[in-house]
Amino acid sequence: MPIIASLKRDYLSKLAEQGKRADGRKFDEYRKIEIETNIVSKAEGSAKVKIGNTQVLVGIKMDVGEPYPDAPNCGVMSTAAELIPMASPDFEAGPPQEDAVELARVVDRGIRESQIIDVEKLCIEPMDKDNKGKVWVVFIDIHILDYDGNLFDAASLAALAALFTAKVPAKRFEVGEDYPLPLKEPPVSCTSVKFNGAVVFDPSLDEEEIAEARLTVATDKNGHIRAMQKGLSGSFTKEEIKKVIKASIDNGKEIRKILQKSIGK
Amino acid sequence: MSSKSDVKLIDSKGKRLDGRKPDELRKIKIEAGVLHRAEGSCYLEWGGNKVLAAVYGPREALPKHTQNPLRAIVKARYNMAAFSVEDRKRPGPDRRSVEISKVISEALEKIILTDKFPRASIDVSIEVLDAEAGTRCAGLTAAGVALADAGIPMKDIPVACAAGKIDGKVVLDLGKEEDNFGDADLPVAISPRTGEILLLQMDGHLTLEEFDEAFDLAVKGCHIVSEIQKKAIADKYKTAVAEVE
Repeated sequence: MPIIASLKRDYLSKLAEQGKRADGRKFDEYRKIEIETNIVSKAEGSAKVKIGNTQVLVGIKMDVGEPYPDAPNCGVMSTAAELIPMASPDFEAGPPQEDAVELARVVDRGIRESQIIDVEKLCIEPMDKDNKGKVWVVFIDIHILDYDGNLFDAASLAALAALFTAKVPAKRFEVGEDYPLPLKEPPVSCTSVKFNGAVVFDPSLDEEEIAEARLTVATDKNGHIRAMQKGLSGSFTKEEIKKVIKASIDNGKEIRKILQKSIGK
Repeated sequence: MSSKSDVKLIDSKGKRLDGRKPDELRKIKIEAGVLHRAEGSCYLEWGGNKVLAAVYGPREALPKHTQNPLRAIVKARYNMAAFSVEDRKRPGPDRRSVEISKVISEALEKIILTDKFPRASIDVSIEVLDAEAGTRCAGLTAAGVALADAGIPMKDIPVACAAGKIDGKVVLDLGKEEDNFGDADLPVAISPRTGEILLLQMDGHLTLEEFDEAFDLAVKGCHIVSEIQKKAIADKYKTAVAEVE
């Protein structure tokens, strides 16, 4: 494996020096993005996102549960990711490994911290004196089907599309009529990796394997930064970060259009 | 099988809840070669079931102590997505999926020419994305297509189908309510060329005569599904040829 990696590194680095990528894309160019919504009838909302050959399916399930004491009038959300053996010869069955946990947490943070879900509208009965209450619990389950690089963007995008198609199953739980999940304007995540001095967006599997550093930037429709995550052991310069943010805003605009089209907005 | 006398599963005209005749299958759609990383794959819709199957291998069986010096081991993993059922299922294997994985592995092992790959492992991943009764049959049928798509040498393409008993009558391919409120369920997997039985389970209760009838019906269903499997594999190559031309 290290031999193959170093051959790949040489090849991709040489191409990068000439301003090229192995699949002919520009440095800031994404592969083709396709979003399909409402594909799982048992889920409250679902979406499958394809970025190139990478395929991620996200399903939303909802249940009635207890609120947390520090947020007695708010619904609860929970995000889980499974890197199932179907998606890659290197994924193994078993409890979530650290990669899956990081992925779930980055997607979770993007949704939680930007307050896309209006959790206050997910309260059924506020907590009373005995600390008993009823709120909606939103489960976001990320299922990786085919891993060919850039799970961060595919998973975040699939989670957003799934949330936007979700209906609160109030009728099934006998607490009123179904209604669309209350959501706000979402930020869109863009991921880039750096190797041998080059920074490329939407890394392919090969590019990810040789990457020294990774940066995910979530931007909203006003072009403001809403979340960032740097990964891997390499480093960026301040100039590189600024360039990445600018390109993330531009790419984010295009991806937002694809997202809105897929959810019928 | 929990019987509820107030649920009528067959109407006076002999039609079932979803309008099917007693010997009619739900709608089945099969597509081969849908995943990029896997060596073989299949997407299958069977009524409200949506199932993906992927195959990796033959590759070195790990950990090493699982290796068989004479033949390959077959490891099928049946898994349900958390969102595939009405009440969210906790991710990871439960006792039910471990058992289904085991019986499917054993069924596939019989049909694969495992002696060609000593010390290897052939891994089959079955993911249920949307569940509506009969997922093990759907999963095994998808696995058969994925194995063929991966070019794994087999004696035949395995196929599965269930029959059952509802309102005292033997019918093919139980739907959701029929599975919940019916009298018996009999999933069968066969090698369609030889008729060998690869998987057989039953719950509920059947008389010997009813078993005969249900078994023959399930096998009849298997043969119909088998044709859809073969067409899916042929279609993949037709598309590939068309693209080249």
